[in-house]
Amino acid sequence: MTEKQVVRPQKPWQSSPRERFNSGLVLLAGLLTSYVIVAITPMKGKLAYFSLFFLAFTIYDFTFHYFTRGMALAKDAIARAFVALGITLAVAPIISILATVFIRGYKGIHLSLFTKDMKLNSVSDPVNQGGLLHALTGTGILVLVALIISVPLGILTAIYMTEIKGRFVRPIKFLVQAMSGVPSIVAGLFILSAIVYPITKSYSGFVGALALSILMIPTIARTSEEVLLLIPNDLREAGVALGGTQWRTVAMVVVPAAKSGLVTAMILGIARIAGETAPVLLLTGGGDSVNGNPFSGPMGSLPFYIWKAYAVGTAESVTRAWAGILILLVIVLMLFISARVLSERRTSK
Amino acid sequence: MTTQPLTSSLGEVAKNRFESKIASTQVQGIGLEARGIHAWFGDRMVLEDLSLDFWSGTVTALIGPSGCGKSTFIRTLNRMHEFIPGAAMAGQVLLNGQDVYAPGTDVTKIRLKIGMVFQKPNPFPSMTISENVLAGLKLAQLKVENKDDLLEECLERAGLWTEVKDRLGAYGGSLSGGQQQRLCIARSLAVRPEVLLMDEPCSSLDPGSTLKIEETISHLSSTMTIIIVTHNMQQAARVSDYTAFFLSEGGPGKMVEVGPTGEIFSRPKDKRTENYVTGRFG
Repeated sequence: MTEKQVVRPQKPWQSSPRERFNSGLVLLAGLLTSYVIVAITPMKGKLAYFSLFFLAFTIYDFTFHYFTRGMALAKDAIARAFVALGITLAVAPIISILATVFIRGYKGIHLSLFTKDMKLNSVSDPVNQGGLLHALTGTGILVLVALIISVPLGILTAIYMTEIKGRFVRPIKFLVQAMSGVPSIVAGLFILSAIVYPITKSYSGFVGALALSILMIPTIARTSEEVLLLIPNDLREAGVALGGTQWRTVAMVVVPAAKSGLVTAMILGIARIAGETAPVLLLTGGGDSVNGNPFSGPMGSLPFYIWKAYAVGTAESVTRAWAGILILLVIVLMLFISARVLSERRTSK
Repeated sequence: MTTQPLTSSLGEVAKNRFESKIASTQVQGIGLEARGIHAWFGDRMVLEDLSLDFWSGTVTALIGPSGCGKSTFIRTLNRMHEFIPGAAMAGQVLLNGQDVYAPGTDVTKIRLKIGMVFQKPNPFPSMTISENVLAGLKLAQLKVENKDDLLEECLERAGLWTEVKDRLGAYGGSLSGGQQQRLCIARSLAVRPEVLLMDEPCSSLDPGSTLKIEETISHLSSTMTIIIVTHNMQQAARVSDYTAFFLSEGGPGKMVEVGPTGEIFSRPKDKRTENYVTGRFG
């Protein structure tokens, strides 16, 4: 028996070192051209570098591919360059925002942010005095109350649209979609004129949460609807064929099967409202001390704290505002990531 | 396979089965009667004037090419037909002499008495094996004395007990396709139906699982009425006492012929039945 030849895995479709060297040359030529043009013409600044580089690189890449590979691949190169431009323009502002928030915000982060409120301090005091506790608990309570109101309403709306499929599905679907575009200030003004002025006559966390619910319900309803539509009809038929009523089938078979998706819908709803500012400014009354009662007294919140601190305009207060923004951003990002993880676990199952 | 023509061999299989069955069980009377069933989807009539009796303790196979209305027919029997938007029907389905479509009938009670096993195995994904079997009790809010006994009995009757008795807490989705289908059968049995409708229960299964399910059907058939839709003629010959041949010739589906399975496969009265069971079309 002869010795068996070992076959190693290869990837013949990948570009060779020589090809990679060539595309590096094209990139370098583009950079050089943009540098030279900026040096010898009156065009100046980052934007000039960027647009000249893009133009030069696209032309060089096209020419290079045209002479080495022919017209079809040269066109392919142009398309690729524009796609790269597109994602750069889309992603650059996001990266820039994240970087700015982090660079400006981290200076204001300290441990007592999470243990103290601003009862005894003003936003212009040195940054290490006072804290965010009132804003964090306030946002927490607002979110919780809004959740208690919105989750049942949102999921029941979704169940009406996917399970009952009544006569009003189309108008309701249209309304829910339109509602998810309602500007938050409109929700705030609505609660102000419909509830605060005629009925409660005072600001509180609860009325703020009502306005936030107006924004949250459409998000939860739409996401839940999509999740429930993914549940195969076989399961509904199996439940009914076993002698279940429609309600029991929905409650015992359909909703449990969609559980993780519905949790995702909830998280997306929270992320939608956690940073909402306008209704909170109009309705909660701010407040600098921890208030655990949503039904009376002013209630602080992160967006309110940021708005208040930034408006004062001293170096300390602005740093405080950025720290608040950083914390809010981290909370919202964590919510999105957990929603993502949950929905991935659902699809992989 | 034998060198004999297909008809006679299938007829032989079915005849032997029928005779041993008659000897071992007592036919108890008509359990389910379909009277003049018509069915529509929108304006299109898919089933025309179909009358058929199902005797207690027998297995009836419904055969025929795709699109001839077999599935629609069995779905009219336990009132699942009405779930399809645009569906309509006419006629009567008598269960122990009571029309299941009579006004004021509690449709959930009907479906408790007429259970159904679907083409694709559909265990409830959020439930364990034992929860799946007992799901019908919770769905229909029935009380039983001893759930463990019922669980074992149903899994036993569905031929699944020995395979899953050590992992009743595992999720239903962790079983193989054939096991899932037997789990669905066990689930249907737990509410003690009088009639079991099976809509191509083996069409997505491998031959080994198919054989197991056929054994299950044979076990069950002495105690209940079973109606099975199948595209597999060997299967119809192996498991059924009666066979009904459905056909749609362009228009709505109709029943061409019904009779003891042995006769349908060896001496069909209608030329079209003969062509179908000998594999000349369909």
